[in-house]
Amino acid sequence: MMGAAPCMAATATVEHRLANGMRVIVKPDHRAPVAAAVVWYQVGSVDEVSGTTGVAHALEHMMFKGTTSLAPGEYSRTIAAAGGRDNAFTSNDFTGYFATLHKSQLELMLRLEADRMVNLTIPPEEFAKEIKVVMEERRLRTEDRPRSLTYEQLMATALTAHPYRNPIIGWMNDIENMRVGDLREFYQRWYAPNNAILTVVGDVEPEDVFALAEKHFGPIAPRELPVRKPQDEAPQRGVKRVTVKAPAELPYVLIAFRVPALRDADKDWEPYALKMLAAVLDGNDAARLNRVLVREQRVASSAGAGYDGIARGPDFFYLSATPVPGKSAAEVEQGLRREMGRIIDEGVTEEELNRAKAQAIAAQVYQRDSMFFQARMIGVLEAAGVSHRTIDLQLAKLRQVTPEQVREVARKYFRDDALTIAHLDPQPLAVRRPVALPSGLRHVQ
Amino acid sequence: MSSKWIALGLAAGLSAAAALPARAILPLQHWQTPNGARVYFVENHDLPMLDVSVEFPAGAGFDSPEKAGVASMTDGLLNTGADGMDENDIARRLADVGAQLGERFDTDRAGLALRTLSSAKERRQALDTLARVLRQPDFPQAVLEREKVRLIGALKESDTRPDTIASRNFYRLAYREHPYALRSAGEVETVEKITREDLIGFYRRHYTAQYAVVALIGDVTRAEAEAIAVELTRGLPEAAGAEPLLPAVGELPAGATRMIGHQASQAHILIGAPGISRGDPDYFPLYVGNHILGGGGFVSRITEEVRQKRGLAYSAYSYFSPLSREGPFVIGMQTRRDQAGQALEVARSTLADFVRDGPTAQELTAARQNIIGGFPLRIDSNRKIHEYLALIGFYRLPLTYLEDFVKNVERVTVADIRDAFKRRVNPERMVTVVVGGEEEAKP
Repeated sequence: MMGAAPCMAATATVEHRLANGMRVIVKPDHRAPVAAAVVWYQVGSVDEVSGTTGVAHALEHMMFKGTTSLAPGEYSRTIAAAGGRDNAFTSNDFTGYFATLHKSQLELMLRLEADRMVNLTIPPEEFAKEIKVVMEERRLRTEDRPRSLTYEQLMATALTAHPYRNPIIGWMNDIENMRVGDLREFYQRWYAPNNAILTVVGDVEPEDVFALAEKHFGPIAPRELPVRKPQDEAPQRGVKRVTVKAPAELPYVLIAFRVPALRDADKDWEPYALKMLAAVLDGNDAARLNRVLVREQRVASSAGAGYDGIARGPDFFYLSATPVPGKSAAEVEQGLRREMGRIIDEGVTEEELNRAKAQAIAAQVYQRDSMFFQARMIGVLEAAGVSHRTIDLQLAKLRQVTPEQVREVARKYFRDDALTIAHLDPQPLAVRRPVALPSGLRHVQ
Repeated sequence: MSSKWIALGLAAGLSAAAALPARAILPLQHWQTPNGARVYFVENHDLPMLDVSVEFPAGAGFDSPEKAGVASMTDGLLNTGADGMDENDIARRLADVGAQLGERFDTDRAGLALRTLSSAKERRQALDTLARVLRQPDFPQAVLEREKVRLIGALKESDTRPDTIASRNFYRLAYREHPYALRSAGEVETVEKITREDLIGFYRRHYTAQYAVVALIGDVTRAEAEAIAVELTRGLPEAAGAEPLLPAVGELPAGATRMIGHQASQAHILIGAPGISRGDPDYFPLYVGNHILGGGGFVSRITEEVRQKRGLAYSAYSYFSPLSREGPFVIGMQTRRDQAGQALEVARSTLADFVRDGPTAQELTAARQNIIGGFPLRIDSNRKIHEYLALIGFYRLPLTYLEDFVKNVERVTVADIRDAFKRRVNPERMVTVVVGGEEEAKP
């Protein structure tokens, strides 16, 4: 274990709430004359209703397609001309719009964000083209990726009631049948200052950012937000299994155990123990899964474990493995479950745990190298209902985890009634044939 | 209102550029170790950490067609056994102090990069481990056999993917006999043949102090950085002659088009040819021009034509990848298979128009504003600065590369871009690969 923990937060964050309920969180970082800013809406795929999966993400795309005063594409052109880089992301719980730019350009970004918070137009002719882009995105990221399909089916199997069972990008049929009205309704329900958080990390003074936020977002009226229903899962009654057939060479096994996410950063202890367990299993090259399944037994060509712990809804502890050629999915699945059994039976060593803690402490320092990463981390926590002010507390709590606690969460959660298993069943590729040149193109050659 | 915003953006972009200091943007220090390694260092105490890399001219370009994969395997096996430590010892020694060690590998370069806390105990243990791994790798036979099995599995898996199939065919057609045609990780048949002696031989030939480039940024003093560079390059193999060089890339004799059937829902399209090397005098006109053509993200012509106007693809782009020798110019996209012909046509005509007419003055202004106004974003973290140090060092670029960058971009004119593209990019002589393609016509 390391002696003194390095100082975590070089500068603290400062928060301000506008009268309309919008929150502004600023972390000064004067290492470079830039700012990373993210506008978060606390709405994601979890808020979609039946038949409109993917609408949160489709709306994110259309946020770049014009407002009452801005032509389609002009948001990006304006940010680019100011030397900035912009993009957006949609998750289960939140939707974020970000830009990194020279600090002198922050106001430009805030003005454009305030504009599209209320003035989005969603022109039908732009939607007709953009929804095709979303379908291409789904083909690229999911349809033609066997492991993405496997994950998608795992989630749809692990959950029956909670909307985390739906993919963020949406089911293809829902995307194909999506209408402008679906997006408008979603936008009007959820895009409001009282459902938004602005996080800024960079070479800025908090008071200046607050003033800019007041100026641009302050005049926007709050809206009454819809009441969210919990949609809790009924108890699971036994192992769930699903098989995904797709063109591939090697099988792949993905396992999910239902576990809790962090709710109270001070009182909870299980999420910290689960986090440390994931690190003991997969935190470094000599961690258990790689050492035992890949290096010693040589049954897997890769094996991993993961636990996030930050989510508004149900969370999972994941295990995955790819068998080496000649070994089956069943064999690596057994290998993974055997290692979990060993944790339950024998626990983990103090040495393994200390190693995981040392890595967590160092990671907290390394993360400060990226302003965008910091702005993102603050928002991800807040969107899941965990205060960003607990970042240091969370590290302190991780450092307090004991081997007994790791064994106890393993015992409590790694059981059949919390377990879902997905197997990728590789199918041979159809025989490749030469394909006719598209008409009208031969002349180029 | 909207045009006013653009005007504001431009004005502000200019002031951001003008605000760049006249003196050195980065206090980059450079020296050589007594045994000949080139060292590039930026001292920065903002965060209690250190990034350091050691690289050699030992990338996949130095592979032979018969044993493709040796270069990559050599780099990958460095940290699997060295100086009495086995692979688990090495991993534990690093993890115990929170250090992260990774391979750095491409067609030209190979080596290792370490990120560690700068506090004395942690730094010492991490750097000591790195030095021993570089100096005395064992290349254990048993690890090699295991890694060959894993790699062959991964190659077979990868060979089912339309993007891999497209890329392999593209590089073969564009580079033919040149080693840039080889896949970095090798092929199933070539990896099977790799022996421990191959790795040892490759290591001895390429991993020498005389060819080494050490790049450091972080919380150490100049004196400490000097000592670290000496320690990391001490005891490396002796150079057996001049630094290894890659052969020249011959000009593409003719265009070629290959259509490969695949059942994926999307066709993967690549169009391109050998492009430019590092230090090429046309670099800046081509770089800025490509930013307008397909490198500038949402605002580039290819994205505009393929995605924004027609909804044909999620990702459509172009880039130049300058290497020791002529790295590729590539246009790429993926689209629903029955739209492949249309997407290809749009991409080709966009390229042809651009090469024929060049950009508009307005496009050039916008690109300059984006590149120059966004310059501070290129060096806003230790990670990014470290990349530049390693790049400047390996390719022997001027130490003023970053300062000159803005000036070089400012200097580019519409005529420069049109001229450079006309000379260097021939739309009539491109390699085109489509995997997926249209349904075959019914016989």
